[in-house]
Amino acid sequence: MDKKGFFGNWGGAYIPEVLYQTFQELQKEYDRCRQDPAFWEEYLTLMSTYSCRPTPLTHAENLSNYFGGAQIYIKREDLNHTGAHKANNVMGQGLLVKRMGKKRVIAETGAGQHGMATATMAAKFGLECTIYMGEEDVLRQRPNVFWMEKMGATVIPVKDGSRTLKDAINEAFRDWVTNVDDTHYVFGTACGPAPFPEMVSWFQSIIGIEAAEQIMKYHGKMPAKVYACVGGGSNAMGIFKRFLEEKDVELVGVEAGGHGADSGAHAIRLNGGDASPGVAQGYKTMFLQDEDGQMKHTHSVAAGLDYVGVSPILSDLWEKKQVRFESATDDEVMKALDLTMKKEGIIPALESSHAFAGAFREVANLSADDAIIINQSGRGDKDIFTIAHAFADPSWKKFIIDRGKEYSAQ
Amino acid sequence: MQLEQQLRNKRKGKDILLMTHIVLGYPSFDANREVIRQMVDNGVDCIEMQIPFSEPMADGPVILKANQDSLAAGTKVEDCLAFGAEMAETYDIPFLYMTYYNIIFKYGEEPFFQRAAESGIQGFIIPDLPPEMGESFLALADRYQVAPILIFAPTSTNERMRELAGYGRGFIYCAARRGVTGKKSEFGQDFNDYLNRCREATTLPLAVGFGIQSREDIEVLKGKADMAVIGSRTIRLVDSEGPEAVGPFIAGLR
Repeated sequence: MDKKGFFGNWGGAYIPEVLYQTFQELQKEYDRCRQDPAFWEEYLTLMSTYSCRPTPLTHAENLSNYFGGAQIYIKREDLNHTGAHKANNVMGQGLLVKRMGKKRVIAETGAGQHGMATATMAAKFGLECTIYMGEEDVLRQRPNVFWMEKMGATVIPVKDGSRTLKDAINEAFRDWVTNVDDTHYVFGTACGPAPFPEMVSWFQSIIGIEAAEQIMKYHGKMPAKVYACVGGGSNAMGIFKRFLEEKDVELVGVEAGGHGADSGAHAIRLNGGDASPGVAQGYKTMFLQDEDGQMKHTHSVAAGLDYVGVSPILSDLWEKKQVRFESATDDEVMKALDLTMKKEGIIPALESSHAFAGAFREVANLSADDAIIINQSGRGDKDIFTIAHAFADPSWKKFIIDRGKEYSAQ
Repeated sequence: MQLEQQLRNKRKGKDILLMTHIVLGYPSFDANREVIRQMVDNGVDCIEMQIPFSEPMADGPVILKANQDSLAAGTKVEDCLAFGAEMAETYDIPFLYMTYYNIIFKYGEEPFFQRAAESGIQGFIIPDLPPEMGESFLALADRYQVAPILIFAPTSTNERMRELAGYGRGFIYCAARRGVTGKKSEFGQDFNDYLNRCREATTLPLAVGFGIQSREDIEVLKGKADMAVIGSRTIRLVDSEGPEAVGPFIAGLR
């Protein structure tokens, strides 16, 4: 990152003046933490005692045998506390908030995992907490809303625009400019104005640091390829960062193909021709926008990937060809999820299932001496309503109807 | 004539100037035309025309909705630029564009400046473009003599205000409070201290906006600011009573 917050052509801090001072303070505190080895130690202790770090690296033997190519390893961020990689970033920012002395946190959430993690952190650190969530996502991710509220957070459904992640971000910014003195905005992904993209990637880099050590231990050499799904890009940056140092490891980001690259209903920013450079939500990156610069509607079966922009760091790595981008459609994702559950007894989140789908397509082309790592960014049981609906599961449907009858009779 | 000088000339005859705001294409360009006619007829000194953007991060619910409804009705940037040129041609007061940076970035900075300058637009207000991000923008503003309007906020330090003032032309837009557009502001001692700090940081005229809604609010600003900005209030008025209510409202403000 350069002094103005750019990674090559991307990034920056396009913020309203009212936030200028807060960003100066945030940058200063972040710089201090980066230079203080005790901060990272404190972070590691917190993550190993409050959460399940290091998370395991699982050798998926059945899937490996099924495809007959490389050995498939799965980095199990689903076993992190709150069920996703999101806690890595949130707990790190929580330590920052304590140092800055702010009393209240706000966050946006798409799939609800970041909101969950933030509500958890706020409960643990004794902070007031408000979560902004697109109305469409509130409907898609009802169980997460339930838990956030139970942990004491206020969840505000956002009814503007496309009623998804980007609109929740706008609304969180509106809260922040109003309550800037006592509030920190816990940005959930490696996007937004500097220093967020770099800071979030730094906290998430714990994923790749662990995975590199683990693969050396189990496999004896570096993996041939590493796969991650890409919404905003924080889990991808988290696992990629360490492997960027290894020039023989190919990094593959898998975006949400939705109904297909030509359907107009997807969230493909880097692996297609629909996106173009733009500036919104405080940073410059590749956005899905029209010729006037108005943001388009996106679609993905996975709420956490349903976003118009992408990390400026990933746009830079894409431009420099250090990361290859692919996409997987909703249908491919459901198939990959189904296969993973049947073969391994593991339930990846719909977001993470994109990484599985991308990897499954290619894994047979590698030899049995090779290994690949798939970052399972989160667990799928949170998606039970969406997944059950997508599978049109009859017994689940009956259960919901019966329960509905029971409630309406009361 | 440059924007700053025009405002200074106007200010000689008035206690305080009045700037109003409209969202282009909301509720329609025909309504915009009528609203602007009534504003000018009733003595408005300067008008900011907002080119709608899908992600208006610094705007509150009223202007946010106006942005979305305008876009949903099919408003294009091209329509806005044609309308802006028509207004600047028709009326003898300064017109500004207010929008978010992506609109200009996507159009191309230089073509945008060129087009605006040719149309007689006098300045730009871009709330998400701090000077640190606007190096080429500020250079073009200078070349095309379109005033970049910089914004002060209550959170700006004295040092920061002086820095911003160095880049600003025309006038400085002082946001009356933290937060987004459209909510009532309080004008107590903190506000007076803030305006004093603004005054000390620059010799440019000071405009105060965010939450200015009534004659009383404007009365408070007299002697402290050069221009009062009415934003969401007139949009609400057009929503509830139609464009014809704007004239009497403006006439009653000073």
